[in-house]
Amino acid sequence: MACVKILERLGHKVVFPERQTCCGQPPHNTGYWKEARKSALRALDIFEDAEVIVGPSGSCIAMMKDGYGDLFKGTEHETRAKALAAKTFEFTQFLVNKLGVTDLGAAFPHKVTFHDGCHGLRMLKAKHESRALLAKVKGLELVEMSEAESCCGFGGTFSVKFPKISTAMVEKKVASILETGAEYVTSLDASCLMNIGGYAAREGLPFKTIHIAEILASQEA
Amino acid sequence: MSSPLTRFKAAVADATSNEARRDFIYKALGGYYVSRDKNKNNFRDWQKARECAAQTKYESLNNLAEELEIFSKKIEGRGGHVFFASTPSEAREYILKVARDNGVKKIIKSKCMTSEEIHLNDALEAAGTEVVESDLGEFIQQLRKEPPFHFVFPCMHVKRDEINTLFQENIHSRDTNNPAELTMIAREYLRQKYIDADMGITGANFIVARDGMISVTENEGNSRLSAAMPKIHLVLVGIEKVVPRLEDLALFLPMLATAGAGQPLTGYNTQYAGPRTAENPDGPEQFHVVLLDNNRTQLLADAEHRDALHCMRCGACLNVCPVFKNIGGLSYGTTYQGPIGSLITPHLRGTKNWQHLSYSSSLCGACTQACPVKIDIHDHLLENRRNAATLAPSILWKMIFFGFNFIFAHPKLYALTFKIAKKINPLTKLAGKVPGTLLYGWTGTRKLPEPPKSSFRERFAEHKKQDLSVR
Ligand code: SF4
Repeated sequence: MACVKILERLGHKVVFPERQTCCGQPPHNTGYWKEARKSALRALDIFEDAEVIVGPSGSCIAMMKDGYGDLFKGTEHETRAKALAAKTFEFTQFLVNKLGVTDLGAAFPHKVTFHDGCHGLRMLKAKHESRALLAKVKGLELVEMSEAESCCGFGGTFSVKFPKISTAMVEKKVASILETGAEYVTSLDASCLMNIGGYAAREGLPFKTIHIAEILASQEA
Repeated sequence: MSSPLTRFKAAVADATSNEARRDFIYKALGGYYVSRDKNKNNFRDWQKARECAAQTKYESLNNLAEELEIFSKKIEGRGGHVFFASTPSEAREYILKVARDNGVKKIIKSKCMTSEEIHLNDALEAAGTEVVESDLGEFIQQLRKEPPFHFVFPCMHVKRDEINTLFQENIHSRDTNNPAELTMIAREYLRQKYIDADMGITGANFIVARDGMISVTENEGNSRLSAAMPKIHLVLVGIEKVVPRLEDLALFLPMLATAGAGQPLTGYNTQYAGPRTAENPDGPEQFHVVLLDNNRTQLLADAEHRDALHCMRCGACLNVCPVFKNIGGLSYGTTYQGPIGSLITPHLRGTKNWQHLSYSSSLCGACTQACPVKIDIHDHLLENRRNAATLAPSILWKMIFFGFNFIFAHPKLYALTFKIAKKINPLTKLAGKVPGTLLYGWTGTRKLPEPPKSSFRERFAEHKKQDLSVR
């Protein structure tokens, strides 16, 4: 809801098409492209009429902006997929690059570190947007972790197919987070945060996860 | 014998539980990132340089047959021999024959991953020939009876103390763990081996086709000695290592050094063009180049993944790969480790046995970002998965995604699933305690997220209602 609140505060009308479900990334990522096309095609139908599509997830947006191109290459839906990609935006990129806003009047008096999720970072090239937004949040102290750009180890079905590798990766990520002494780790991606948070909760580690939109929607108490 | 997947999983379990070794690898690579980034600044524009390199490799591969033809004519024109080997066994037989025909008893070798690919040392030793690796890292790995851990830094996982013990046990050296002294010990030992060798075997980093040369990059000078001292110099190299012109090295040599090792330029870069002649008395008596295909032409025929042959084995993708750093190079069970190994091994050795490597990646894309010749590594890993799933789909995943699509195609059902999931949450938690299941893959080390009190759709609907009532 944080996204909705922010966008509405900025004067936008937010529509949530009830029929939307999943962009199709999980089967795509596992190699089951036929199955992925089914979900993706639904998304194409549902979102086709929107002026812009904004999503608070680097990963899903990367799928729609980048993945659909490959998925529909050489099919009758290729042009539609391209058109959709062009008007789809990751939330922070939409705010900063499209709307030109960085100051949302938010307040979050905590020490925070930022994890650059792989899809947002490498496929969408999102990096400076989050920093610009967080810099304007009152009371927030951003401490960059070492290897902020290193993968947290989630990787979708990879995390359950090869849990040992995935866990080793999240261990390293969490070590970088702990070094900063931050109270919160934030990111563009709920999936990375679920992975990091899931590990941290199990180990009883002294930091919390929070999506960047929730920070940006926070107001002074 | 167990399957590559079984061996992979066992090796991964072993490697990931060795926290000290993982930390050691992370630390070992720490300095590399800094020097790599610093040396990238020597290029006017690193991104442009990458594009240029990729373009050059693209051209060479498009004309591969012609380029190799020109190359071999040039070498033969100077009295050298060129042998095209389709398979590892053809390559081995040729090399064994050269050795036999010349009464070769002792061989000195410098670093050559292609020789690992065809298990050359085993074949030579079985034929009664002594083979000594002269690259320090390879020498250590040879004594350890272990394949290279990293195709550029073969023994990066071995600690000083271990080298000390290894040398004491195998070459009866004095007790020291001073790196300079350890290097000297190996150097003294190897000197005599160069002198005694009847044949030197090297790899090649580049085939400079139109000038009829091969180019070797190294830091220790061991390759030059291996090529210069024995009477016979034999080069074993994959056919894809072609660049058309000598000028191209002006880009590729610093690029290889920077991307792979964080150096401005590697210590020694040497070009070899043939045996000695009456006019040119330098060089070996015999010069052989064995060009290995080993399914590379099959990869060349795959338009989607052909760019995997751009690879110059710089190792940059390994250095940045969080999977490699945590599982280490030996776990892969392949000649080429890391992201590029996971990409090409299914092509070179079959999807059926090696597809798991394409799946053992989070597809984070750090490799693609690092690759100097712009190979789309992580996207290709995903396409490998697609190929594997098309070739032999797994019933389990088919079922999962069938259910997934069914639920997601019916938003009402999806909303209901959310409610049910909330209700049965304690049950799910219980199920998560059963080892061996997919779910346990998560719950074994991580907590499942608690389901929120209400779903986004419920809250959004509520929000819209309130909105309306205010108006
Ligand atoms: S794939 Fe690219 S980064 Fe990896 S070794 Fe080859 S050239 Fe280097």
